[in-house]
Amino acid sequence: MSAATRAAPAAMPADFLDTERRSERALGFWVYLMSDAIIFALVFATYVVLSRNYAGGPTAAELFDLKRTFGETMLLLFSSATFGFATLAMLEGNRARLLVWLALTVFLGAGFVALEIGEFLGMIEAGASPDRSAFLSAFFTLVGLHGLHVSVGLVWIVVLMGQLSIKGLTRPVASRLFRLGLFWHFLDIIWIGIFSVVYLPGVL
Amino acid sequence: MLGRLTIDALPLYSGVAMFGAFVTVAGALSVLGLITWMGKWRYLWAEWLTSVDHKRIGIMYVVLALVMLMRGFIDALMMRSQQAIALNSDGYLPPDHFDQIFSSHGTIMVIFMAMPFLTGLINIVVPQQIGARDVAFPFLNSLSFWLTAGGAGLVLVSLVIGKFSTAGWTGYPPYSGIDYNPYVGVDYWVWALVLSGVASTLTGINFIVTILKMRAPGMTLMRMPLLTWTALCASLLMAFAFPALTVAGGMLELDRLFGMHFFTNDAGGNIMMFANLLWIWGHPEVYILILPAFGVFSHVVTTFSGKRLFGYASLVYATVAIMFLSFAVWLHHFFTMGSSANVNAFFGIATMIIAVPTGVKVFDWIFTMYRGRIRFHTAMLFTLGFLVTFVIGGMTGVLLAVPPVDFLMHNTTFLVAHFHNMLIPGALFGYFAGLQFWFPKAFGFRLDERWGNRAFWCWIIGFYLAFMPLYYLGFMGMPRRMEHYNVAEWQPHLIVAAAGAGLILVGIILMIVQLVVSVRRREELRDHTGDPWNGRTLEWLTSSPPAPYNFAVIPEVHGLDAFHDLKERGIAYARPSRYEDIRMPKNTASGLIIGSFAFVFGFAMVWHIWWLAVLSVLAGLVVVVIRGSQDDTEYTMTAREVEVIENARYEQLARAPRPEFDEEQEVIPGAPLRGGVM
Amino acid sequence: MPNPTHGMAPGLRTYLTGFTLALILTAIPFGLVAFEILPRTPALLTIAALAIVQVLVHLLYFLHLDLKHTPRENLFALLFAAFLIFILVGGSLWIMFDLHHRMT
Repeated sequence: MSAATRAAPAAMPADFLDTERRSERALGFWVYLMSDAIIFALVFATYVVLSRNYAGGPTAAELFDLKRTFGETMLLLFSSATFGFATLAMLEGNRARLLVWLALTVFLGAGFVALEIGEFLGMIEAGASPDRSAFLSAFFTLVGLHGLHVSVGLVWIVVLMGQLSIKGLTRPVASRLFRLGLFWHFLDIIWIGIFSVVYLPGVL
Repeated sequence: MLGRLTIDALPLYSGVAMFGAFVTVAGALSVLGLITWMGKWRYLWAEWLTSVDHKRIGIMYVVLALVMLMRGFIDALMMRSQQAIALNSDGYLPPDHFDQIFSSHGTIMVIFMAMPFLTGLINIVVPQQIGARDVAFPFLNSLSFWLTAGGAGLVLVSLVIGKFSTAGWTGYPPYSGIDYNPYVGVDYWVWALVLSGVASTLTGINFIVTILKMRAPGMTLMRMPLLTWTALCASLLMAFAFPALTVAGGMLELDRLFGMHFFTNDAGGNIMMFANLLWIWGHPEVYILILPAFGVFSHVVTTFSGKRLFGYASLVYATVAIMFLSFAVWLHHFFTMGSSANVNAFFGIATMIIAVPTGVKVFDWIFTMYRGRIRFHTAMLFTLGFLVTFVIGGMTGVLLAVPPVDFLMHNTTFLVAHFHNMLIPGALFGYFAGLQFWFPKAFGFRLDERWGNRAFWCWIIGFYLAFMPLYYLGFMGMPRRMEHYNVAEWQPHLIVAAAGAGLILVGIILMIVQLVVSVRRREELRDHTGDPWNGRTLEWLTSSPPAPYNFAVIPEVHGLDAFHDLKERGIAYARPSRYEDIRMPKNTASGLIIGSFAFVFGFAMVWHIWWLAVLSVLAGLVVVVIRGSQDDTEYTMTAREVEVIENARYEQLARAPRPEFDEEQEVIPGAPLRGGVM
Repeated sequence: MPNPTHGMAPGLRTYLTGFTLALILTAIPFGLVAFEILPRTPALLTIAALAIVQVLVHLLYFLHLDLKHTPRENLFALLFAAFLIFILVGGSLWIMFDLHHRMT
């Protein structure tokens, strides 16, 4: 990349979002997200089928802590907002602000993952491990699969922050950020499903 | 250090197994040795292994498919010969080995023969048919190939190190769970499926975007060739059905690795959920296999009847209907497993409905031939064989769709006959026809007709001999997958079936002969114009083989059968006044490297070599990140370079020998005259 | 309805509106369950309905999906996936619960 592309913080062209969403890469990534949605849907279905199979072990009502779940939900929702603000900064070509909002997103996302790992470890210590019952296998797999996606997303954000620092806010980097945004918001949508299908009904 | 991998993993438990391992190793070493001896490593690496060109990737897929066809067919020969002799006897295959064979036969033929074969064909042809220069994501295309090869590698390695699964190609728990099958066989099966499943999902995404977004100007959806339509629908099925396989296989592996209880008998597991998830994938899978074959038949029937396709719109609607309906019938694979009458009835009716669009297609093809000038080229023979034979299989399918009938027929050899009747004359003949039809496009010379005809007759007669007795045996009550039996009435039929398999073996040998003879006679068989059959679609506009960029100037499409239309207007070979620079994707080793790491990962997971598994995942991720950070993935072919290639092409067109004028063929102004038939 | 500041480019308003709506649509179901406001079945139905609405909010305000600007192919992919999820999840639940009834 030439020094010129690095130096001047030029705003993205006015039709950036429109061109981007029409691009082949965006469609390809969108179709991938749809296939991922099918994976999650089937894991959800499996969870529902197995959700009462406690095998005499710990039940959902005993294990779930709505305060923690609400905390995780807020962290993820706020991180969607911060990513949105990052997108706005990107459209204005403001690399510094973009990096700040991305860093905040990482911070919030990492907080989410930390809370979740804490939840899992706590459950395992209390004897509610994934091999205890079908309900627990399904729970750990569904929630864990989502958590794994979030973790991959965090790595992706960090990698792009690196690219931004080294290459600057170039067109290819902005394109990648666009697709990462699709991914990040998609994960928040899946989380709506998780608290609505797993945690809230589990406690009722 | 090496997990549970010990010297006991070598197949020293059986002479047959040792022989199989020896053949596999010897085969691999001979190939490597041959390449070394011919000094072709540089060439192979630069031009093929690191290629992102859809035409090259497609050819590699087809080569993989043909190799795995041999491997899977040997399984078939072994099963047929075992069953022919095993009346009141153990035969020569112990049960454990027989079970591995029927499991690997199904897995190989469906996942590692049929899928690569169709993927290869659509790779070579579809971008050219839509007037594009490559697929939407060339690197992803390469990655898909290498992941598939990695999966195939796992299956082949299982012959030498360890064992393969004995749980059938569908691997139902609890038998495939850790309690009943703790050793490596099922793990090999799962990881092979997961690797190739990810590859197919990516291929599906690739072709959906390619077909929806990269068509030449003027090519609306309803002007797309049939292979493109069927590839689009098959790609949608790939992208949206394979997730179910990933989930089913993934959960089974979680049960096996971490003692989870998705599909166990105890602790709340539900074995039926596996069957449910597996067939949510499994049914669309068979439509993935058949739709591209239907596309091939549409092209072959049109070209070799010398007529327009009859009922284009109905063929499109039928294809789309099949695509939607294929997601609504999956329970018919387990009618007998305890569902209520209402559930069975719903899926039974849906299954009968899905036969209708296929019936529409058969009529369309027949009406295409009606009053046409039929040329009995090998591809056409496979098509005619398909039309007659596939319908029989279709009818047995409608019979099986009736749940009370299925209760009698399920898991008998009647079922085995039915699905082979769909897959061999249906899918495989379609791929063979496609191979014969587009071989000259890929390599620049036609395949020898005489040997092709002979091979066809061996295949079709062999098929009838091998599988019609199985229908009868199914009625007589013979279950599938029997390693030995004690009903004397069955044996004569099984001997006939074995003879059929032997005849198919001859057919395969004749296909190899065809290839060898064609290579030797390639100058005689040379395709000078790129249009050896008087074709109607755009892939015949390119040279044979095409330039790397396919089209120097993207054609403009004015109707259905775009190339035929151009020929009629006399502008098909119009020479452009100037050429432009063309941006082409660069070759890269990333696909090969990631695929290799995936193979190592699969192997490590099978043998519980955890440090190696973690390392290979990390290494793969590093390559992904590096690739994802590269901005410079294209190079420019200058207008000058393009001009040189195109000039050579026009010279070749001018020098093309004029075959005897065939008064039955219309003279297209501006087009070289050609005969097309041997 | 989305509230773009100019053309279809998102402005601050879009994200803040979406965020606020999502916050409310999250607080309600959590509150319902935490304070045991409704009996089980009505609560489940409410949670489901609010979840669907919140998903739509995310699609509109965060992913900027709309019928005018989103390319047809993307909308088709979304609808196709939604259709499949309906059939596959619905069908699976029907099958599995049917089996469950017949076995207990």
